[in-house]
Amino acid sequence: MSLRSKTTELKRRMQEAFQGGGEQALEKQKASGKMTARERILALLDPNSFHEYDLFVKHAGQDFDMDKKYLPGDGVITGTGSISAWPVCIFAQDFTVAGGSLGYMHAKKIAKIMDHAMKMKVPLIGINDSGGARIQEGVNSLAGYGEIFYRNTQASGVIPQISVILGPCAGGAVYSPALTDFVFVVDKISKMFITGPEVIKTVLGEEISMEDLGGARVHSEITGNAHFFAESEQECFEQIKRLVSYIPWNNEKKAEVFAKKAPKSRQYKLDSIFPTNPMQPYDVRDVIRALADDSDFFEVHELWAANIVVGFGRLDGQTIGFVANQPMVLAGVLDCDSSDKAARFIRYCDAFNIPLITLVDLPGYLPGVDQEHAGVIRHGAKVLYAYSEATVPKLTVILRKAYGGGYIAMCSNHLRADFVFAWPTAEIAVMGPEGAANIIFRSEIKASDNPEETRKRLIEEYRQKFANPYVAAAYGYVDAVIEPNETRNYLIHSLTLALGKQEIPPKKKHGLPPF
Amino acid sequence: MDDNIQFIDFPYEEVTFRTTLTKKFANRKPYLPPNPSKVYAFIPGTILKVHVKDGHKVKKGDKLLVLQAMKMDNLIVAHRNGTVKKVYVKQGETVPKRHLLIELK
Repeated sequence: MSLRSKTTELKRRMQEAFQGGGEQALEKQKASGKMTARERILALLDPNSFHEYDLFVKHAGQDFDMDKKYLPGDGVITGTGSISAWPVCIFAQDFTVAGGSLGYMHAKKIAKIMDHAMKMKVPLIGINDSGGARIQEGVNSLAGYGEIFYRNTQASGVIPQISVILGPCAGGAVYSPALTDFVFVVDKISKMFITGPEVIKTVLGEEISMEDLGGARVHSEITGNAHFFAESEQECFEQIKRLVSYIPWNNEKKAEVFAKKAPKSRQYKLDSIFPTNPMQPYDVRDVIRALADDSDFFEVHELWAANIVVGFGRLDGQTIGFVANQPMVLAGVLDCDSSDKAARFIRYCDAFNIPLITLVDLPGYLPGVDQEHAGVIRHGAKVLYAYSEATVPKLTVILRKAYGGGYIAMCSNHLRADFVFAWPTAEIAVMGPEGAANIIFRSEIKASDNPEETRKRLIEEYRQKFANPYVAAAYGYVDAVIEPNETRNYLIHSLTLALGKQEIPPKKKHGLPPF
Repeated sequence: MDDNIQFIDFPYEEVTFRTTLTKKFANRKPYLPPNPSKVYAFIPGTILKVHVKDGHKVKKGDKLLVLQAMKMDNLIVAHRNGTVKKVYVKQGETVPKRHLLIELK
């Protein structure tokens, strides 16, 4: 046989495999508003960069007449490519082939591309669109999930792992995304749950739609399982491309340094964004934009626990992880969810050498039976743990309120912030003037002829004396009290210094963060 | 900041902040102190059998009903001596979590 006919044979086999579940199934996938697995990979990666592996893998099912079936690529496409010239390993489950169900060889292909990603130390992107375990392959399919979870865990904190949910992702399948760094979902397309509506109805008698149980909105707003929400698959891919521009390829590298750009100072003026009255709200994201290069801020977990804001921006060209209390939502208090959100992000930044900037403005922790019973002690402790553990540069700016436990938790000097700056509007004290005066001067107020007036006077005295940054500055807990408009200069200068810092944590197998 | 945001008063300790609420906070259930006379479903499920009727006297440990959930038959017993004030469920009924099943007096 000539080379030419051999090549023709190869092309015929490739063409056959490219058909996935066949024309009808592909049409059905498109009709349901979804792209096909192959279209998704091509839309996400740089043009002509995708190199596919294991196209000719055959499934391993022997029972229930499965051996007579041909499942192209065993329902998953794997390979390598690049995003903005950034090398990545990628897999995409193909729902048109046996519902994207995970069989033995399907799992082997995923495990293999994960092993590649770990060996080459490049990011892994997984596009999930699967009905779940391939029941016909029994325990082998469960083994497949286990192999993937193990690799997710080993790769955690070594290479970036990104999960994209573009279809159903149910039962055991949800735990691979849950073990990865970032989960992307698309409205009306993504569905994630452990037990579906059918099972819930039979077992518990509760009726709920798939969308209300585990749709994209649910996981973006209520559970926090998803980090990024998009209206369409195309928007989702744009978000992924944006994310990868901020993060390094692996934990031994630093994020790419971009050309420095000044903030858009006309649009984001601290003087007009920031109310000095501590009771008035503002959008802390505007303060971040007033400080960040090009006023660019890419928010993570935008819709979940909005009383804290986390996300990426740049300072002097360097990627920064911003953590900021949001006075506009629940007055910026820390609670169970916002603590989880912040702690997770802080640990991510620390694992991938991304400096942290913390903007502080909170009255404290959220009071309430539901919070206490939901374990706000355990959840809140994660923030302390994450900040104390982090060895990346840690810069803190106290904008207004920093009271009690909230002050300590938000990357204070005591948790080893490298530099703590405070604006003249900062109020750093053990508690708010009202509460403090009531406790300290209780007997004086009680004994007074006019308790209400005495109370007011004593609150005001306390406020004058303690509700400012100068008491903390007197002890050196604040490194400098600065004019708001000087903040960017101070941050850039101290970041330059802190980039060279070396902190060697005590030797241990691993710590025990409170989760 | 979006000019259309509707801020509300949010009392915190002794201060009132202008802010917005999260959906989760706005929808939180108010706390109800436990009422030892009321027996609630601790899990959603099906009432397999009801052992008592209104007015029955029960001793601590007496069978009240069987709540089947997650393939398990859960026997619910009286946690104290008393009289059944009212049975709120029938055999075969499916109940959600925290559904009131029986009230004692």
